[in-house]
Amino acid sequence: MKMKLALAVTGLILATTGMAHAAGELNIYNWGNYTSPEMIKKFEEKYSVKVTITDYDSNDTALAKVRQGGTGFDIAMPSQSHLPIWIAEGLIQEVDVGKMENAKNLKKEWANPDFDPGRKYSAPWLLGTVGVVVNTDTYKGPSDSWGILFDPPAELKGKINVVPEMSDVLYAAIKYNGGKLCETDKAILKKARDTLVNAKPNWVAMEYNTIEKMTAGDFSATSDWNGSALRQRLQKPSINYFYPKEGFTYWSDNVVVLKEAKNLENAKLFINFIMEPENAAMMSAFARYANGVEGSDKFMPDDMKNAPELVVPEDKKGIAEFMKLCDPATQDLYTKIWTELQK
Amino acid sequence: MSAAPDLITLNHRRDIRNRWLLSLPALLIILLAATGPLLIVLIYSFLTPGDYGDVKWLFSTDAWVNVLFQRDIFDDTLSLADAHISIFLRSINLSVMTTIATVVFGFPTAWFIATRPARTRELWLFLITIPFWTNILIRTFAMLEVIRNEGLVNMLLIKAGIINAPIQMLFTDGAVLAGMVYVYLPMMVLPVYASLEKLDFRLVEAAYDLYATPFRVLTKVILPIVKPGVVAGSILVFIPSLGAYVSPSILGGGKNLMIGNLIGLQFGQGRNWPLGSALSISLMIVVMIALLAYVRYAGKGANAHG
Repeated sequence: MKMKLALAVTGLILATTGMAHAAGELNIYNWGNYTSPEMIKKFEEKYSVKVTITDYDSNDTALAKVRQGGTGFDIAMPSQSHLPIWIAEGLIQEVDVGKMENAKNLKKEWANPDFDPGRKYSAPWLLGTVGVVVNTDTYKGPSDSWGILFDPPAELKGKINVVPEMSDVLYAAIKYNGGKLCETDKAILKKARDTLVNAKPNWVAMEYNTIEKMTAGDFSATSDWNGSALRQRLQKPSINYFYPKEGFTYWSDNVVVLKEAKNLENAKLFINFIMEPENAAMMSAFARYANGVEGSDKFMPDDMKNAPELVVPEDKKGIAEFMKLCDPATQDLYTKIWTELQK
Repeated sequence: MSAAPDLITLNHRRDIRNRWLLSLPALLIILLAATGPLLIVLIYSFLTPGDYGDVKWLFSTDAWVNVLFQRDIFDDTLSLADAHISIFLRSINLSVMTTIATVVFGFPTAWFIATRPARTRELWLFLITIPFWTNILIRTFAMLEVIRNEGLVNMLLIKAGIINAPIQMLFTDGAVLAGMVYVYLPMMVLPVYASLEKLDFRLVEAAYDLYATPFRVLTKVILPIVKPGVVAGSILVFIPSLGAYVSPSILGGGKNLMIGNLIGLQFGQGRNWPLGSALSISLMIVVMIALLAYVRYAGKGANAHG
């Protein structure tokens, strides 16, 4: 009731200030192929808001564009690794997601994360892990290791893809050599570099288009995101996802409201809307990733309810950590190793 | 007596002023749209990288030093940046190969068209331009469909019993080159055709009458005349090839960086905008050198005929 009143008042104010044309719009800036059209349609019909979606392909692209300003976007979905920059640079506003009506639905582990204590700025969109995907028709041996990429069995040589996410690849190589997230120890970094450089001749490609290439047989193994792995298995049951025993990372994308948002109230409505279990399930069903909303499971498609790609086994939870950005000096070292790898 | 020349000077002056005024919009656009952004890139190349992308307004020549030299990440010694240099060389090498291959395939194509009867020539030219109707990305993906492991070529070869297992063609250097040649071939055919069209075929007949061998006719008569077309085509192919981004990533698998990818990396995951700017300008310098070589070469060619 309060909400409706607030809406009515906002509408009235907007109407009297001659900005009524903006009242019924919401501009979303999101990763490509990541927003459920059905869920958007439901939102549009429920609140009579016209939603426009623009795609981006990386956190860095999104950050660079929003930083320049004048984008016209209301909402964006940075990963938790980048969220602190968005906050520090004053690109997004506090909308007190934690106090919204549907915030009570958030799963405990996602209600108060380190990267946004109290959920002042953001709500979880979708989340997952980064691991190894292997076509077990080609290789049946143990695959729960980054060694699949770095020291591959003979069957997989020349059929391996590595997704060119610098932070993820460096993390895997560092963990494989016994280091830690954002490692700065030069001895370990040197080993990691050697691991990568020596492994590269066994790789056939470094690209993002894994779902299509794994299922068409161009690749037999790849590093990948878990939801992508799930889509591959549903098309080709021999493709399996593995959690590397050396350690792996969680990521989550988070809905934030830009400081320059023209449709603040609609943005808040949207955030509250996606924290409703049924709507969160629609997002998951489309992109094939898990969400942070309790009770959304029962609205999920059957093939996702107990998917091994989405449910991290209890004994693996201890070796998982949140991916974060390293400090600029470390990042610079990583870029140099990365350039050397691809020279 | 003296009034007439004054009037001419006045008219002349007005004429010049009008010309400047009329070309002002074009000059402004060139200044704002071409020189302006270039100036920003130049300035950025002398600044300090921001912590998470962007720049800090502190003067620094680090970016330029880093284009050619690198401090070893492990023992801190300064050495030639062989990563950057080998990436530049790879791009230049690919561009040269693409240019040579387009000449090899483009010249006979243009010759074929130029020797058709006048009324069918336009149809042939029209056919050459058809690929331009489709986006470069789609053409490259079409290429991928043809040569991939479960693609058209491998399937046909397996069906015909020539091979048992698919040949790895995708993600090889050959695949990248084939993709580049396919995309840039029309850029070579059209200028070569334009100069062949002007060729007086009686000259060829005359050469034969004077007992020239076909090879001598080609090298002594035809090639000197079509050389400007070949050089223009080479420039049209070479320069965009240098910045090629799409074919290497889609057909080459993105394992090895090209200049374009290297620059993209600095503005994205690398978060070093000044280095990206310095690399962009370095690329422009390479292009300038190529163009200067062209001007000198073309100039010589013109003199030889003049």
